[in-house]
Amino acid sequence: MTGVWPMYRAMVGIGLACGLLIVTVFQLTLPVIERNKAEALQRAIFQVLPGASSSTAFSLDADETFRRQEQPADAARRVYAGYDDQRRLVGLAVEAQGMGYQDVIRVLYGYSFEQDAIIGIRVLESKETPGLGDRIETDPAFLENFVRLDVSLTEDGSRIAQSIEYVKQGRKTEPWQVDGITGATISSKAIANMLSASSAFWIPRIQRRLDDFRTAG
Amino acid sequence: MATSVTQRTSTTDEFLKGLWRDNPVFVQVLGMCPVLAVSNTARNALAMGLATLFVLVMSNTVISLLRRFIPKQVRIATYILVIATFVTVVDYVIQAISLDLYKALGAFISLIVVNCLILGRAEAFASRNTVGRAVADGLGMGIGFAFALLCLGAVREILGSGSLFGVHLFHEGFQDWVVMILPSGGFFTLAGWLLLFNKLEQRKTARARALAEETAR
Repeated sequence: MTGVWPMYRAMVGIGLACGLLIVTVFQLTLPVIERNKAEALQRAIFQVLPGASSSTAFSLDADETFRRQEQPADAARRVYAGYDDQRRLVGLAVEAQGMGYQDVIRVLYGYSFEQDAIIGIRVLESKETPGLGDRIETDPAFLENFVRLDVSLTEDGSRIAQSIEYVKQGRKTEPWQVDGITGATISSKAIANMLSASSAFWIPRIQRRLDDFRTAG
Repeated sequence: MATSVTQRTSTTDEFLKGLWRDNPVFVQVLGMCPVLAVSNTARNALAMGLATLFVLVMSNTVISLLRRFIPKQVRIATYILVIATFVTVVDYVIQAISLDLYKALGAFISLIVVNCLILGRAEAFASRNTVGRAVADGLGMGIGFAFALLCLGAVREILGSGSLFGVHLFHEGFQDWVVMILPSGGFFTLAGWLLLFNKLEQRKTARARALAEETAR
Protein backbone atom coordinates (compact mmCIF):
# COMPACT_ATOMS: atom_id res chain seq x y z
CA MET A 1 0.00 0.00 0.00
CA THR A 2 2.92 2.32 0.50
CA GLY A 3 3.40 4.54 -2.49
CA VAL A 4 -0.27 4.77 -3.34
CA TRP A 5 -1.24 7.22 -0.64
CA PRO A 6 1.20 9.96 -1.73
CA MET A 7 -0.21 9.72 -5.25
CA TYR A 8 -3.78 10.11 -4.05
CA ARG A 9 -2.72 12.89 -1.74
CA ALA A 10 -0.99 14.77 -4.52
CA MET A 11 -3.66 14.34 -7.19
CA VAL A 12 -6.71 14.90 -5.00
CA GLY A 13 -5.12 17.67 -2.95
CA ILE A 14 -3.87 19.63 -5.93
CA GLY A 15 -7.11 18.95 -7.80
CA LEU A 16 -9.15 20.41 -4.95
CA ALA A 17 -6.92 23.45 -4.63
CA CYS A 18 -7.08 24.06 -8.40
CA GLY A 19 -10.84 23.66 -8.44
CA LEU A 20 -11.18 26.15 -5.64
CA LEU A 21 -8.96 28.66 -7.43
CA ILE A 22 -10.95 28.36 -10.67
CA VAL A 23 -14.28 28.81 -8.89
CA THR A 24 -12.97 31.87 -7.05
CA VAL A 25 -11.70 33.51 -10.22
CA PHE A 26 -14.91 32.63 -12.05
CA GLN A 27 -17.01 34.22 -9.32
CA LEU A 28 -14.85 37.33 -9.24
CA THR A 29 -14.77 37.91 -12.98
CA LEU A 30 -18.37 36.89 -13.78
CA PRO A 31 -19.99 40.27 -13.08
CA VAL A 32 -17.30 42.09 -15.08
CA ILE A 33 -17.63 39.70 -18.02
CA GLU A 34 -21.43 40.00 -18.00
CA ARG A 35 -21.14 43.76 -17.94
CA ASN A 36 -18.64 43.71 -20.83
CA LYS A 37 -20.99 41.56 -22.90
CA ALA A 38 -23.97 43.78 -22.16
CA GLU A 39 -21.95 46.88 -23.03
CA ALA A 40 -20.73 45.35 -26.28
CA LEU A 41 -24.31 44.53 -27.25
CA GLN A 42 -25.48 48.00 -26.26
CA ARG A 43 -22.76 49.61 -28.38
CA ALA A 44 -23.72 47.40 -31.31
CA ILE A 45 -27.40 48.36 -30.96
CA PHE A 46 -26.61 52.07 -30.95
CA GLN A 47 -24.32 51.62 -33.91
CA VAL A 48 -26.91 49.90 -36.11
CA LEU A 49 -29.65 52.30 -35.03
CA PRO A 50 -28.20 55.79 -35.41
CA GLY A 51 -30.05 58.24 -33.18
CA ALA A 52 -30.99 55.70 -30.52
CA SER A 53 -29.90 56.47 -26.98
CA SER A 54 -31.60 53.68 -25.03
CA SER A 55 -32.78 50.19 -25.82
CA THR A 56 -35.13 47.53 -24.50
CA ALA A 57 -35.21 43.81 -25.25
CA PHE A 58 -38.46 42.27 -26.49
CA SER A 59 -39.35 38.67 -27.11
CA LEU A 60 -41.80 37.28 -29.62
CA ASP A 61 -44.49 35.29 -27.85
CA ALA A 62 -46.35 32.27 -29.15
CA ASP A 63 -49.33 34.48 -30.08
CA GLU A 64 -47.10 36.62 -32.38
CA THR A 65 -47.07 39.63 -30.07
CA PHE A 66 -43.97 41.25 -28.67
CA ARG A 67 -43.51 41.51 -24.95
CA ARG A 68 -40.91 43.33 -22.96
CA GLN A 69 -38.28 40.88 -21.87
CA GLU A 70 -37.17 41.22 -18.28
CA GLN A 71 -35.03 38.13 -18.03
CA PRO A 72 -32.77 37.33 -20.95
CA ALA A 73 -34.00 33.93 -22.04
CA ASP A 74 -34.47 32.71 -25.60
CA ALA A 75 -32.08 34.72 -27.76
CA ALA A 76 -33.53 33.30 -30.97
CA ARG A 77 -36.88 35.06 -30.47
CA ARG A 78 -35.53 38.37 -29.27
CA VAL A 79 -35.31 41.83 -30.80
CA TYR A 80 -34.10 45.12 -29.35
CA ALA A 81 -36.10 48.30 -29.68
CA GLY A 82 -34.06 51.50 -29.80
CA TYR A 83 -35.46 54.81 -28.55
CA ASP A 84 -34.20 58.36 -28.92
CA ASP A 85 -33.93 61.01 -26.19
CA GLN A 86 -37.67 61.73 -26.31
CA ARG A 87 -38.42 58.00 -25.88
CA ARG A 88 -39.64 57.79 -29.46
CA LEU A 89 -39.09 54.49 -31.27
CA VAL A 90 -36.17 54.83 -33.69
CA GLY A 91 -36.04 51.29 -35.01
CA LEU A 92 -35.32 47.70 -34.11
CA ALA A 93 -32.12 45.78 -33.85
CA VAL A 94 -32.34 42.13 -34.79
CA GLU A 95 -29.78 39.38 -34.55
CA ALA A 96 -29.19 37.08 -37.50
CA GLN A 97 -26.78 34.25 -38.05
CA GLY A 98 -25.64 31.94 -40.79
CA MET A 99 -22.78 29.82 -41.95
CA GLY A 100 -19.77 31.75 -43.23
CA TYR A 101 -16.55 30.45 -44.73
CA GLN A 102 -15.00 29.18 -41.49
CA ASP A 103 -17.73 29.15 -38.91
CA VAL A 104 -21.09 30.67 -38.02
CA ILE A 105 -21.24 34.45 -38.46
CA ARG A 106 -23.51 36.38 -36.11
CA VAL A 107 -24.60 39.88 -37.01
CA LEU A 108 -26.88 42.52 -35.57
CA TYR A 109 -28.79 44.70 -38.02
CA GLY A 110 -30.88 47.78 -37.53
CA TYR A 111 -34.31 48.06 -39.11
CA SER A 112 -36.00 51.40 -39.61
CA PHE A 113 -39.78 51.12 -40.09
CA GLU A 114 -39.91 54.71 -41.32
CA GLN A 115 -37.49 54.06 -44.16
CA ASP A 116 -38.60 50.44 -44.70
CA ALA A 117 -34.95 49.59 -44.81
CA ILE A 118 -32.00 48.04 -43.01
CA ILE A 119 -29.95 51.00 -41.86
CA GLY A 120 -26.91 49.45 -40.23
CA ILE A 121 -25.13 46.21 -39.59
CA ARG A 122 -22.49 45.04 -37.18
CA VAL A 123 -20.75 41.69 -37.03
CA LEU A 124 -20.96 40.31 -33.51
CA GLU A 125 -19.02 37.13 -34.06
CA SER A 126 -17.02 35.83 -36.98
CA LYS A 127 -13.96 33.71 -37.58
CA GLU A 128 -13.58 34.70 -41.24
CA THR A 129 -10.13 34.73 -42.80
CA PRO A 130 -8.17 37.79 -41.68
CA GLY A 131 -7.50 40.11 -44.58
CA LEU A 132 -10.06 38.46 -46.88
CA GLY A 133 -13.34 37.31 -45.34
CA ASP A 134 -13.15 39.72 -42.45
CA ARG A 135 -13.57 42.60 -44.89
CA ILE A 136 -17.30 42.11 -44.29
CA GLU A 137 -16.56 44.09 -41.12
CA THR A 138 -14.25 46.74 -42.52
CA ASP A 139 -14.75 47.21 -46.27
CA PRO A 140 -16.35 50.67 -46.68
CA ALA A 141 -17.90 49.83 -50.06
CA PHE A 142 -19.52 46.72 -48.63
CA LEU A 143 -20.83 48.50 -45.54
CA GLU A 144 -22.31 51.12 -47.88
CA ASN A 145 -24.88 48.43 -48.81
CA PHE A 146 -26.42 48.67 -45.37
CA VAL A 147 -26.89 52.41 -45.15
CA ARG A 148 -30.27 51.89 -46.70
CA LEU A 149 -31.06 48.34 -47.84
CA ASP A 150 -34.66 48.13 -48.99
CA VAL A 151 -36.90 45.61 -47.20
CA SER A 152 -40.34 47.15 -47.89
CA LEU A 153 -43.34 44.87 -47.57
CA THR A 154 -46.00 43.95 -50.10
CA GLU A 155 -49.36 45.83 -50.08
CA ASP A 156 -50.97 43.45 -47.58
CA GLY A 157 -47.88 43.43 -45.37
CA SER A 158 -47.62 39.66 -45.33
CA ARG A 159 -44.13 39.36 -46.78
CA ILE A 160 -41.20 41.32 -48.12
CA ALA A 161 -41.83 42.58 -51.65
CA GLN A 162 -38.30 41.96 -52.91
CA SER A 163 -36.15 39.76 -50.75
CA ILE A 164 -32.53 40.77 -50.28
CA GLU A 165 -30.25 39.26 -52.89
CA TYR A 166 -26.53 38.99 -53.47
CA VAL A 167 -24.93 40.36 -56.62
CA LYS A 168 -21.29 40.42 -57.71
CA GLN A 169 -19.19 43.43 -56.83
CA GLY A 170 -20.24 46.50 -58.80
CA ARG A 171 -23.45 44.96 -60.19
CA LYS A 172 -25.86 46.51 -57.69
CA THR A 173 -28.73 48.23 -59.49
CA GLU A 174 -31.69 47.79 -57.14
CA PRO A 175 -32.02 49.02 -53.53
CA TRP A 176 -32.59 45.47 -52.20
CA GLN A 177 -29.38 44.07 -53.67
CA VAL A 178 -26.18 43.51 -51.73
CA ASP A 179 -23.01 44.29 -53.62
CA GLY A 180 -20.50 41.53 -52.79
CA ILE A 181 -16.77 41.68 -52.17
CA THR A 182 -14.37 40.12 -54.66
CA GLY A 183 -12.07 37.87 -52.64
CA ALA A 184 -14.68 37.44 -49.92
CA THR A 185 -17.50 36.02 -52.00
CA ILE A 186 -18.56 33.34 -49.53
CA SER A 187 -18.49 35.65 -46.51
CA SER A 188 -20.35 38.51 -48.21
CA LYS A 189 -22.89 36.11 -49.71
CA ALA A 190 -23.40 34.62 -46.25
CA ILE A 191 -24.29 38.07 -44.92
CA ALA A 192 -26.79 38.67 -47.73
CA ASN A 193 -28.38 35.25 -47.19
CA MET A 194 -28.72 35.57 -43.44
CA LEU A 195 -30.22 39.04 -43.78
CA SER A 196 -32.63 37.78 -46.41
CA ALA A 197 -33.80 34.88 -44.23
CA SER A 198 -33.97 36.90 -41.04
CA SER A 199 -35.78 39.87 -42.58
CA ALA A 200 -38.34 37.57 -44.22
CA PHE A 201 -39.21 36.21 -40.79
CA TRP A 202 -38.98 39.29 -38.62
CA ILE A 203 -39.97 42.32 -40.63
CA PRO A 204 -43.62 41.38 -41.41
CA ARG A 205 -44.07 40.41 -37.73
CA ILE A 206 -42.46 43.61 -36.47
CA GLN A 207 -44.51 45.80 -38.84
CA ARG A 208 -47.76 44.19 -37.70
CA ARG A 209 -47.01 44.83 -34.03
CA LEU A 210 -45.17 48.16 -34.09
CA ASP A 211 -47.44 49.46 -31.36
CA ASP A 212 -46.10 46.83 -28.95
CA PHE A 213 -42.80 48.65 -29.01
CA ARG A 214 -44.25 52.16 -28.94
CA THR A 215 -46.47 51.60 -25.91
CA ALA A 216 -43.81 49.74 -23.97
CA GLY A 217 -41.29 52.50 -24.57
CA MET B 1 30.35 33.78 0.81
CA ALA B 2 31.60 32.38 -2.46
CA THR B 3 28.62 30.03 -2.76
CA SER B 4 26.12 32.83 -2.31
CA VAL B 5 27.77 34.76 -5.12
CA THR B 6 27.65 31.82 -7.51
CA GLN B 7 24.05 31.22 -6.44
CA ARG B 8 23.13 34.80 -7.28
CA THR B 9 24.89 34.89 -10.63
CA SER B 10 23.32 31.61 -11.64
CA THR B 11 19.81 32.82 -10.73
CA THR B 12 20.37 35.87 -12.92
CA ASP B 13 21.71 33.53 -15.55
CA GLU B 14 18.56 31.37 -15.34
CA PHE B 15 16.61 34.52 -16.08
CA LEU B 16 18.83 35.75 -18.90
CA LYS B 17 19.21 32.49 -20.79
CA GLY B 18 15.55 32.44 -21.83
CA LEU B 19 15.73 35.95 -23.23
CA TRP B 20 18.39 35.33 -25.78
CA ARG B 21 20.78 32.37 -25.67
CA ASP B 22 18.04 29.73 -25.22
CA ASN B 23 15.14 31.80 -26.55
CA PRO B 24 12.18 29.40 -26.64
CA VAL B 25 11.08 30.42 -30.13
CA PHE B 26 14.19 31.47 -32.03
CA VAL B 27 16.60 28.93 -30.54
CA GLN B 28 14.58 26.04 -29.11
CA VAL B 29 11.73 26.40 -31.65
CA LEU B 30 9.08 25.46 -29.06
CA GLY B 31 5.39 26.32 -28.88
CA MET B 32 5.01 26.93 -32.61
CA CYS B 33 1.22 26.61 -32.63
CA PRO B 34 0.48 29.95 -30.90
CA VAL B 35 3.58 31.54 -32.46
CA LEU B 36 2.29 30.99 -35.97
CA ALA B 37 -1.40 31.36 -35.28
CA VAL B 38 -1.82 34.50 -33.19
CA SER B 39 1.08 36.61 -34.37
CA ASN B 40 -0.95 38.30 -37.11
CA THR B 41 -1.03 41.61 -35.25
CA ALA B 42 1.36 43.05 -32.67
CA ARG B 43 -1.46 43.43 -30.15
CA ASN B 44 -2.56 39.79 -30.36
CA ALA B 45 1.04 38.63 -30.20
CA LEU B 46 1.78 40.70 -27.12
CA ALA B 47 -1.40 39.56 -25.36
CA MET B 48 -0.63 35.92 -26.13
CA GLY B 49 2.95 36.39 -24.95
CA LEU B 50 1.84 37.96 -21.66
CA ALA B 51 -0.77 35.24 -21.07
CA THR B 52 1.86 32.56 -21.63
CA LEU B 53 4.32 34.42 -19.41
CA PHE B 54 1.79 34.49 -16.57
CA VAL B 55 0.96 30.79 -16.89
CA LEU B 56 4.63 29.87 -17.13
CA VAL B 57 5.70 31.82 -14.04
CA MET B 58 2.75 30.63 -11.96
CA SER B 59 3.07 26.98 -12.93
CA ASN B 60 6.84 27.05 -12.41
CA THR B 61 6.33 28.54 -8.95
CA VAL B 62 3.67 26.06 -7.86
CA ILE B 63 5.46 23.04 -9.28
CA SER B 64 8.73 24.07 -7.69
CA LEU B 65 7.00 24.55 -4.33
CA LEU B 66 5.31 21.16 -4.54
CA ARG B 67 8.26 19.27 -6.05
CA ARG B 68 8.76 17.10 -2.93
CA PHE B 69 5.02 16.53 -2.51
CA ILE B 70 4.35 15.16 -6.01
CA PRO B 71 5.28 11.50 -6.54
CA LYS B 72 7.19 10.77 -9.72
CA GLN B 73 4.50 8.50 -11.17
CA VAL B 74 1.77 11.13 -11.28
CA ARG B 75 3.92 14.17 -11.99
CA ILE B 76 2.84 14.80 -15.60
CA ALA B 77 -0.85 14.56 -14.71
CA THR B 78 -0.32 16.93 -11.81
CA TYR B 79 1.65 19.41 -13.92
CA ILE B 80 -1.10 19.46 -16.55
CA LEU B 81 -3.66 20.02 -13.81
CA VAL B 82 -1.74 22.99 -12.43
CA ILE B 83 -1.11 24.45 -15.90
CA ALA B 84 -4.76 24.00 -16.95
CA THR B 85 -5.89 25.80 -13.81
CA PHE B 86 -3.81 28.86 -14.54
CA VAL B 87 -4.87 28.83 -18.19
CA THR B 88 -8.51 28.86 -17.09
CA VAL B 89 -7.75 31.77 -14.80
CA VAL B 90 -6.13 33.68 -17.69
CA ASP B 91 -9.11 32.85 -19.89
CA TYR B 92 -11.56 34.48 -17.46
CA VAL B 93 -9.28 37.44 -16.78
CA ILE B 94 -8.91 38.22 -20.50
CA GLN B 95 -12.68 38.04 -20.95
CA ALA B 96 -12.99 40.51 -18.10
CA ILE B 97 -10.35 42.85 -19.55
CA SER B 98 -11.52 42.99 -23.16
CA LEU B 99 -14.01 40.93 -25.13
CA ASP B 100 -12.46 42.09 -28.41
CA LEU B 101 -9.10 40.73 -27.37
CA TYR B 102 -10.74 37.52 -26.22
CA LYS B 103 -12.43 37.17 -29.60
CA ALA B 104 -9.16 37.78 -31.43
CA LEU B 105 -7.20 35.19 -29.44
CA GLY B 106 -10.04 32.70 -29.76
CA ALA B 107 -9.24 29.11 -29.00
CA PHE B 108 -5.54 29.80 -28.55
CA ILE B 109 -5.92 30.83 -24.92
CA SER B 110 -7.14 27.38 -23.96
CA LEU B 111 -4.41 25.85 -26.09
CA ILE B 112 -1.73 27.36 -23.83
CA VAL B 113 -2.33 24.16 -21.82
CA VAL B 114 -0.64 22.09 -24.48
CA ASN B 115 2.16 24.56 -25.19
CA CYS B 116 5.15 22.25 -24.83
CA LEU B 117 7.25 25.16 -23.56
CA ILE B 118 5.31 25.27 -20.28
CA LEU B 119 5.23 21.54 -19.60
CA GLY B 120 8.85 21.39 -20.74
CA ARG B 121 10.00 23.99 -18.20
CA ALA B 122 7.93 22.32 -15.46
CA GLU B 123 9.46 18.92 -16.12
CA ALA B 124 12.99 19.93 -17.01
CA PHE B 125 13.52 22.82 -14.63
CA ALA B 126 10.90 23.72 -12.01
CA SER B 127 10.58 20.19 -10.62
CA ARG B 128 14.33 20.10 -9.88
CA ASN B 129 15.12 23.60 -8.69
CA THR B 130 14.33 26.00 -5.87
CA VAL B 131 11.41 28.42 -6.13
CA GLY B 132 13.64 31.44 -6.75
CA ARG B 133 15.41 29.82 -9.66
CA ALA B 134 12.17 28.41 -11.06
CA VAL B 135 10.58 31.87 -11.02
CA ALA B 136 13.66 33.38 -12.70
CA ASP B 137 13.56 30.66 -15.33
CA GLY B 138 9.81 31.17 -15.91
CA LEU B 139 10.22 34.92 -16.19
CA GLY B 140 13.15 34.63 -18.57
CA MET B 141 11.55 32.04 -20.82
CA GLY B 142 8.17 33.79 -20.70
CA ILE B 143 9.60 37.19 -21.59
CA GLY B 144 11.72 35.57 -24.29
CA PHE B 145 8.60 33.94 -25.71
CA ALA B 146 6.60 37.17 -25.56
CA PHE B 147 9.48 39.06 -27.19
CA ALA B 148 9.67 36.53 -30.02
CA LEU B 149 5.92 36.67 -30.58
CA LEU B 150 6.08 40.44 -30.65
CA CYS B 151 8.91 40.31 -33.23
CA LEU B 152 6.73 38.18 -35.49
CA GLY B 153 3.55 40.11 -34.80
CA ALA B 154 5.16 43.47 -35.52
CA VAL B 155 6.63 42.39 -38.86
CA ARG B 156 3.40 40.71 -39.94
CA GLU B 157 1.22 43.64 -38.94
CA ILE B 158 3.48 46.27 -40.55
CA LEU B 159 3.63 44.41 -43.85
CA GLY B 160 0.18 42.84 -43.78
CA SER B 161 -1.94 45.74 -42.59
CA GLY B 162 0.41 48.71 -42.87
CA SER B 163 0.06 49.47 -39.17
CA LEU B 164 1.61 48.75 -35.79
CA PHE B 165 -0.60 48.30 -32.71
CA GLY B 166 -3.44 49.59 -34.89
CA VAL B 167 -1.66 52.85 -35.76
CA HIS B 168 -1.33 53.37 -39.50
CA LEU B 169 2.24 53.87 -40.63
CA PHE B 170 2.05 54.43 -44.36
CA HIS B 171 0.11 56.77 -46.58
CA GLU B 172 -2.95 55.70 -48.60
CA GLY B 173 -0.91 54.27 -51.49
CA PHE B 174 0.48 51.38 -49.43
CA GLN B 175 -0.77 48.04 -50.73
CA ASP B 176 -1.14 45.54 -47.85
CA TRP B 177 0.67 42.24 -48.23
CA VAL B 178 -2.38 40.20 -47.34
CA VAL B 179 -0.34 36.99 -47.35
CA MET B 180 1.54 38.20 -44.27
CA ILE B 181 -1.52 38.04 -42.03
CA LEU B 182 -2.61 34.69 -43.44
CA PRO B 183 -1.11 31.53 -41.88
CA SER B 184 1.56 31.27 -44.59
CA GLY B 185 2.84 34.72 -43.59
CA GLY B 186 3.57 33.30 -40.14
CA PHE B 187 5.88 30.72 -41.64
CA PHE B 188 7.63 33.30 -43.85
CA THR B 189 8.23 35.66 -40.94
CA LEU B 190 9.36 32.90 -38.61
CA ALA B 191 11.77 31.66 -41.28
CA GLY B 192 13.18 35.17 -41.64
CA TRP B 193 13.78 35.54 -37.90
CA LEU B 194 15.28 32.05 -37.58
CA LEU B 195 17.62 32.88 -40.44
CA LEU B 196 18.75 36.02 -38.66
CA PHE B 197 19.31 34.19 -35.36
CA ASN B 198 21.22 31.34 -36.97
CA LYS B 199 23.36 33.83 -38.88
CA LEU B 200 24.20 35.69 -35.66
CA GLU B 201 25.00 32.39 -33.93
CA GLN B 202 27.27 31.29 -36.75
CA ARG B 203 29.11 34.58 -36.74
CA LYS B 204 29.63 34.30 -33.00
CA THR B 205 31.07 30.76 -33.24
CA ALA B 206 33.28 31.76 -36.14
CA ARG B 207 34.60 34.73 -34.21
CA ALA B 208 35.21 32.60 -31.09
CA ARG B 209 37.10 30.07 -33.17
CA ALA B 210 39.21 32.75 -34.77
CA LEU B 211 40.00 34.18 -31.34
CA ALA B 212 40.95 30.74 -30.02
CA GLU B 213 43.27 30.13 -32.95
CA GLU B 214 44.89 33.49 -32.46
CA THR B 215 45.61 32.86 -28.78
CA ALA B 216 46.90 29.36 -29.60
CA ARG B 217 49.35 30.85 -32.00
